[in-house]
Amino acid sequence: MPPTRNYGKGLRGLSLATVATLSVALALVFFYAPLDADQGFVQKIFYLHVPLAIVALCGFMLGGLFAIGHLRTGDRAWDMRSYVAIHMSLIFALGALITGSIWAKASWGHWWVWNEPTLVSFLIVFLLFATYQPLRFSIDDPERQARYASVFAIVAGAFVPLNFIAVRLAQGFVHPRVLTLGGGNLPGPMRLTFLVSLVGIALLFATLWKYELTAKSTRMQLRALRRRVLGDDAIRPLGRSAAPS
Amino acid sequence: MSALVLAVAPALPLHTAGKYVAGAYIVFVALLLIYVAIMAIRLSRTERDLVELGRELERRAQEDSGRDLEHVP
Repeated sequence: MPPTRNYGKGLRGLSLATVATLSVALALVFFYAPLDADQGFVQKIFYLHVPLAIVALCGFMLGGLFAIGHLRTGDRAWDMRSYVAIHMSLIFALGALITGSIWAKASWGHWWVWNEPTLVSFLIVFLLFATYQPLRFSIDDPERQARYASVFAIVAGAFVPLNFIAVRLAQGFVHPRVLTLGGGNLPGPMRLTFLVSLVGIALLFATLWKYELTAKSTRMQLRALRRRVLGDDAIRPLGRSAAPS
Repeated sequence: MSALVLAVAPALPLHTAGKYVAGAYIVFVALLLIYVAIMAIRLSRTERDLVELGRELERRAQEDSGRDLEHVP
């Protein structure tokens, strides 16, 4: 029977904090943050799109860090953490791509602009990590699957900040630069709203990550329990899966 | 309460960019709902397995108690 891990600990508090922060963020976005002088109301998408993109990219890097933990210790729980972090980041990145596309249509008149480095580089990162699941699925042996996936997660995770820096250094962009290490050019109320939105989306990521880990761990423990009680013959063998088993 | 919030809220220019902003936020909510629905399906599967396991344990407990009664002189 696999070691029992209590991933659900603290999930209730985290969920409540997420709901509270996201509610405050939404209230700030629509009732507190001033309208952007240039873009007007459509700039409200910024408070959703940018946090989604930032949290997705951080999640990809987090997946790489967890993968380092797996290769260092050989503990499959790290592989599970890495898998769920990348899985959640893909969902958040999809949200960032769709909301960004809607914003591009409203602001630039096009759903997608291929000569915009920020957009295209984000799409490349998304597509790179989209191959993570097929990679896992193509490997039968769970040990090898976890090891190869960890190597991939580390290399791809290291690619994320490199890609980000390369785009920031690129010239001739049209994508607005409102966030810099020097504080950026967001006015106070907008910055506060953005930071609360960012914290809210980050908490949402943490909650869903923990939730999915708890669900996967519960299923694995239940399966082990069923095997003990009902015997190996009564349990349908697991088919090939991208998820850690 | 909601009337008070609406009274102090600034008038939002929904007529121009409103559909795009609404679209972006609806996408976010839709993604969340799809995720919750998938997790709900998995949860129901877990519950079904648990019920099956509980029934099996109950059946075995009844069998054991029946066997014990047979051995009572």
